[in-house]
Amino acid sequence: MSALASTVDPLSATFFALADPTRRAILSRLARGAATVKELASPFAMSGPAVSKHLRVLERAGLIQRGREAQWRPCTLEAGPLKDVAEWTGGFRQFWEANYARLDTYLDQLKNEESPE
Amino acid sequence: MNAAVPGTSDYTTPSDREIRVVRAFRAPRRLVYEAMSNPKHLPKWMTGPEGWTMPVCEMDLRVGGKWRFVYRMPDGKEMAMQGAYREIVPQERMVSTESWGPEWPDTVNTMELTDAQQGVTIMTLTVLYPSKEARDAALGSGMKEGMDKGFARLDALLPSLA
Repeated sequence: MSALASTVDPLSATFFALADPTRRAILSRLARGAATVKELASPFAMSGPAVSKHLRVLERAGLIQRGREAQWRPCTLEAGPLKDVAEWTGGFRQFWEANYARLDTYLDQLKNEESPE
Repeated sequence: MNAAVPGTSDYTTPSDREIRVVRAFRAPRRLVYEAMSNPKHLPKWMTGPEGWTMPVCEMDLRVGGKWRFVYRMPDGKEMAMQGAYREIVPQERMVSTESWGPEWPDTVNTMELTDAQQGVTIMTLTVLYPSKEARDAALGSGMKEGMDKGFARLDALLPSLA
């Protein structure tokens, strides 16, 4: 019945990936430019493997891309899914603003029906 | 931004897990409650984005009673949201649960109505998420910017409704 209920849609994967402060910090760092795992690990009290785990979640969500060079594998930000999030959250507010604007008009109508001028 | 001015909304985050919308309506509290609690009225205004409709609006308005809305989008796809009522004080307060499906966090929504100046009613809707992460995800990062854009669109829309 619900179009959303049956599959894990890409937006849900994005939200899951974003629901962690370390992963958001990694994305903030990558917004300034490509970085290696070692560079990404340095601001955190975290091992390389722990950071790599976060990077895998981000990669699966399509939020980052990793280079092919075995040694460096620099990470870069992929903006597409973030844009979808921005659109969805914008939609969330638009949903309510559109409703309330219509309710303003509808209430005027109800008032007039109660006490026709 | 002054939420006591009809036609404007104020979005805030009163706690780590909540989003609050305050909106003033130029109508008596009794009428605002009627428009928000009677399934006869909701499909007339609570239809979301342009082009959507609400073909199903079921409300069993009592504590423990269930509600269910089905939205139909312009491409014919449908989306259901549902929940149950936890608390009802007619014309004052309504607490309900809301679920859009397993991938979305369930929320607890508290809607309160108070009288403002002559003929104006203030609605406060507080949406409680299961975690800060779920709230933040719903909020997104560019909320302020998005809000301002939303208000600009609304400002553009209002003259056409008047």
